[in-house]
Amino acid sequence: MAVETRKRDIDPALERQITGLDALELGGRTRLKTSRRVWGSLWPKVAAIVLGVLAWQLVVWSGWKEEYVLPGPGLVFPELWERVQDGTMAEEVSTTMQRALVGFAISVAVGGIIGATVARVRVLRAAVGSLITGLQTLPSIVWLPFAVLLFNTSETAIMFVVVLGAAPSIAIGLIAGVDYTPPILLRAGKVMGLRGFNRFRHLLLPASLPSFVTGLKQGWAFAWRSLMAGELIVNFGKKSLGAQLGTDRDVNDSAGLLATMIVILVIGIVVDMAFGAADRSLRNRWGLNSD
Amino acid sequence: MTQATQAAPSRTAAAVRLSGVSKAFGSGAGALLALDNVSLDVSPGEFVCLLGASGCGKSTLLNLVADLDQVSAGEIDTGDARLALMFQEPALFPWLTVTGNIELALKMRGVPRAERRGRAAELLGSVHLTGFEKRRPHQLSGGMRQRVALARALALTVDEQDTSKGTVLLMDEPFGALDAMTRDLLHDEIERIWREKNLSVLFVTHNVREAVRLGDRVVLLSSRPGRVVEEFPVPLDRPRRIDSPEVATLAGKITDRLREEVGRHGS
Repeated sequence: MAVETRKRDIDPALERQITGLDALELGGRTRLKTSRRVWGSLWPKVAAIVLGVLAWQLVVWSGWKEEYVLPGPGLVFPELWERVQDGTMAEEVSTTMQRALVGFAISVAVGGIIGATVARVRVLRAAVGSLITGLQTLPSIVWLPFAVLLFNTSETAIMFVVVLGAAPSIAIGLIAGVDYTPPILLRAGKVMGLRGFNRFRHLLLPASLPSFVTGLKQGWAFAWRSLMAGELIVNFGKKSLGAQLGTDRDVNDSAGLLATMIVILVIGIVVDMAFGAADRSLRNRWGLNSD
Repeated sequence: MTQATQAAPSRTAAAVRLSGVSKAFGSGAGALLALDNVSLDVSPGEFVCLLGASGCGKSTLLNLVADLDQVSAGEIDTGDARLALMFQEPALFPWLTVTGNIELALKMRGVPRAERRGRAAELLGSVHLTGFEKRRPHQLSGGMRQRVALARALALTVDEQDTSKGTVLLMDEPFGALDAMTRDLLHDEIERIWREKNLSVLFVTHNVREAVRLGDRVVLLSSRPGRVVEEFPVPLDRPRRIDSPEVATLAGKITDRLREEVGRHGS
C-alpha cells in the first residue's frame, strides 16, 4: 500500500518530466517561406536556360553552319510561336500526350502486376528476374521493326513499343523495393503476425513505395523515348510531335524542327519535375531525407 | 502442454518456462552453439533481466521465446500468455502515422475497426504521447519513438476473447540506443506500466546498472555458448534510482562476476 501511494506521488512529476524532454527534443525546427524555397530552386534553372540559349546563339554567330541549316533562337522562337498560334502545336501535343498517358498507364498496370507477382513468388523470381533486367537494357527501338510486322503502322505498334520500354523499369522498381525492405521492419511485421497477403498489403507494398516511384520516373523516361522513336518511324499520317520531326526534316524546315525539339524537351522536363516533386514529398513525409 | 500440467501441482505456473533450451546455428563441424542448456522461469508479474556480454545469445533467446526461431533442443512453455517483443530499434512503419502503427497492431489482434482509434489513443496516453497521434515516426525523438514501439507491443498483447490471460513483454535492449537522460525517464515509465498492467517482463540488456535498476531478478549469462552462470535476486525497494548506492553496490558485485566470465575468453 505504501508503494501504491508513492507511485501516485511520482506520476505527475514523471509525466511532466517526460513531456518536458519531448518538447525540448522536438523544438527548434525552422522552415523557409514557400516563396523563398520556390525562388531558390527556380533561379538556377532560369539561369541555365539563359546560358544555354546564349551558347546556342554564339554558335550561330560564329558562322559554323549556314543559317538555314542551323537557325538561331531569333528564327526558332517566332516559328514556335506561330505554330502555337495556328493550333498545329496543340493538335500535335494533344495526340502525343494522349499516347504517352495511355501507354504509361498500361505500362504501370503491366509492370505493377508483373513486379508484384515476381516479387512475391520466389520461383518466378529465379526464372524471369534477370529476363526483366535484360528487357530493361534492350533499347525499345529494337522492337520497332517487329512491332510494325505484328501490328502494321498503327497506334497499337506505337503502344507496344512504349509499354515494352517502360514496363520493365516499373516492375524492377517494385521488385527492388520489396527486396530492400529493411530487415528490422520485416522482423517487426513477423512479431505483429503479418503473414501472406496481409504482409504484402501492409508491409512489403508500402515499404517498396519510394523505390516504386523511382521506377515510375525511370519508366516514364523510357516511355517518352520509345514514344518519340515510335512516332518518328511509325508515321501513318496522324499529326504528332514525333511525326512532325520527320515532316520538318523532309521539307528542310530546320527552324520548325528545332521548335518541335524544344517542345519535346520541355514536356520531358516538366513531367520529370512532377515525378521529382512526388518523390521528394514522399521522402519528406517518411523522413527518408531528414535523418 | 502435458508437461506444464504435470509440473503445475508442485509449483506455481510460470509465465515463461525454458527447460534445457539449446540453440545451434548451422550444422556439423561448423555449427555454432549459441545457447547451451538454458533453464529459466519467469513468474507471472515478475521483471527478469537477462544480462550478458556480447555473444551470450541474449537476442537469440528472446527470438526463441517469441517463436521467431526454433529451438535445437529443450522446451519453451509460454502457456497461453500473450507475447510481445520490442527491439532496440523502434521499427515503426514510416508510412503510417503514430496512431496508424498502433491501429495496425490492433487490427492484427482482431480488434474491430470502430474500436481501434479509441484503443490506440488509450495506449498512446499510457506512454504519455497524447497529442502526437497524427505525427509520423520520423517527426518524433528517439525516446518518443521507443515509447510508440512500447505502445505497439502492448497493443499486440490485446486479446478480445480472453482478458484474463497473462501478458509477457520481451524486450531486447530497448533503451540501448537512447541517451542517459531519456533512458532514465523510460526506466520509470516501463516500471510504471509493468505495474499498472501487471506484465511479466523478460528484459535483455548488457547494462548492469539498468538490470539492477529494473529487475526483480538478474540472470547472468555466459558467452559462447550462452549458459546461465548465476542468478541475482534484487531485494531493493521500488522505486529505485539508477544512481543510488544500493543499486551501485549490487551492480558492482554482478559486474565482478561478469568480468570473471568474460575473462575466461581471454588467452
